[in-house]
Amino acid sequence: MSILVQTDACVGAGQCALVAPDVFDQDDNGIVLLLEPDPEGADLAAATRAVRLCPARAIALSTA
Amino acid sequence: MSGPARVVIVGASIGGLTVAESLRDEGFEGEITLLGDEPHLPYTRPPLSKQILAGEWRPEQAAIRTAAELDELGIRVRTSRRATGLDVEARTLHTADGPISFDELVIATGTQPRPHPVLAEASTLRTMDDALRLRERMDAARRVAVIGSGILGSEIASAARKRDAEVLLVGRSGALGFGGVGTLLSEDLVRLHEAHGVELALRAELVAAQSAGAADAPDATALEFADGTTRTVDLVVTMIGGTPRTDWLASSTLELADGVVCDRLGVAAPGISAVGDVAAWHDPITGRHRRVEHQSNAIEQAIAVAGRLAHGGEGAPPVPLFWSEIHGARIHAYGWFDPERSLAELPTAAESAGIVYGSHDADGELRGIVGWNAPPREFRTARAAVVTTARPLIHHS
Ligand SMILES: Cc1cc2nc3c(=O)[nH]c(=O)nc-3n(C[C@H](O)[C@H](O)[C@H](O)COP(=O)(O)OP(=O)(O)OC[C@H]3O[C@@H](n4cnc5c(N)ncnc54)[C@H](O)[C@@H]3O)c2cc1C
Ligand code: SF4
Repeated sequence: MSILVQTDACVGAGQCALVAPDVFDQDDNGIVLLLEPDPEGADLAAATRAVRLCPARAIALSTA
Repeated sequence: MSGPARVVIVGASIGGLTVAESLRDEGFEGEITLLGDEPHLPYTRPPLSKQILAGEWRPEQAAIRTAAELDELGIRVRTSRRATGLDVEARTLHTADGPISFDELVIATGTQPRPHPVLAEASTLRTMDDALRLRERMDAARRVAVIGSGILGSEIASAARKRDAEVLLVGRSGALGFGGVGTLLSEDLVRLHEAHGVELALRAELVAAQSAGAADAPDATALEFADGTTRTVDLVVTMIGGTPRTDWLASSTLELADGVVCDRLGVAAPGISAVGDVAAWHDPITGRHRRVEHQSNAIEQAIAVAGRLAHGGEGAPPVPLFWSEIHGARIHAYGWFDPERSLAELPTAAESAGIVYGSHDADGELRGIVGWNAPPREFRTARAAVVTTARPLIHHS
């Protein structure tokens, strides 16, 4: 599983960095930064939750 | 496994789709049918008044899932299908193409723009098709009037300025609103619009509108206000709020008020739940049933309902979280706001042009925050300090 982020869709809501702080951060404009593109275990579960919560649908999980 | 065998969801947008996806996240293996009356697969609405209207995005960029992805998740999507009625007792949904039976039904039909009493035919914005039509009209318009003092009125005024139109923003009330924050941000919003060349007409009641086509402006409309002033523009957009789409439920036994009345877990009746803009969940903070028209609210309600349908149990009630972008300013609101108590600027550590405002209750507890171009870490820190336990915001005497 790897994480894909689409920064032009990100609205800086910060849900991702809040629920999965080891996987996501935000830059100074609030735009998502991917810290860990291939999370495992608890981080993967948290990242999955972030994917669902992101109000801009700017993050996705890829099985590729 | 226990639980329902067949879940039917009405409304194929962010709320309905998130219910379907979250059911699969939770391991639900039954049938899921997602029915929507739009011709498109689910897309997100927030970019409509921003990137789509400004011409920065192609429509495909607002799409959420491909047909192949939905197929893989085992979510059967039926586009261009309208629900027409509901038999609560018999657990049967009526549609334009015949009845569908269900074990659990989730209602996620959103809202539709309220027509303006004077300008029922004017442009408005809810769907992708509305946005593309409006964008085309904006291309041909030099003078645009936006009627509506809410957040979407502000966003459309901002998009029209990006396209270099002369913009008049008209509000019947004396202040500009910002979703759940009410009018507490009005002064900041007024300053922002003025700095970006939007002309404001507040406390201005539109009483008449007439076509005033001329050779050089065939679509011109003359607007007449209660104080006798008139103004001619090329395009009028009305954005005076939404009404919940419960028309198809009128003959059912569900309780409808302003939306589908639900308990604090989103249950409208046995076997029937509602989420998103159409749903009036009981809110323990205000003690009332109320609808919340925010993307994050639809998502969090959808996740909670899917968890309940898959396993039983109760999720935490959503905390309102809302964002907007107006003339490039990034504004985020989290929590609850008492309209009677003004906002106070919270101290921020970083040297920054951004602001974090706090809303405190009568006991001095922080209950809501607004970030105005706020540094993200400051906003997250302030967010963690917001009291979200179920204690009333306003003390009723
Ligand atoms: C222009 C615009 C900009 C916005 N910007 C923001 C923003 O910046 N931030 C934010 O947080 N929120 C924003 N919102 C609000 C956000 O889009 C909504 O809260 C969200 O779309 C609600 O999702 P929903 O699934 O409840 O309803 P909707 O998205 O309205 O979906 C309901 C769906 O049900 C369909 N439907 C209705 N009746 C029937 C029927 N009888 N049978 C079948 N289908 C039916 C509708 O056609 C629609 O497709 C914006 C909304 C708009 C319109
Ligand atoms: S949750 Fe989504 S919108 Fe918010 S910062 Fe993360 S990626 Fe961006």
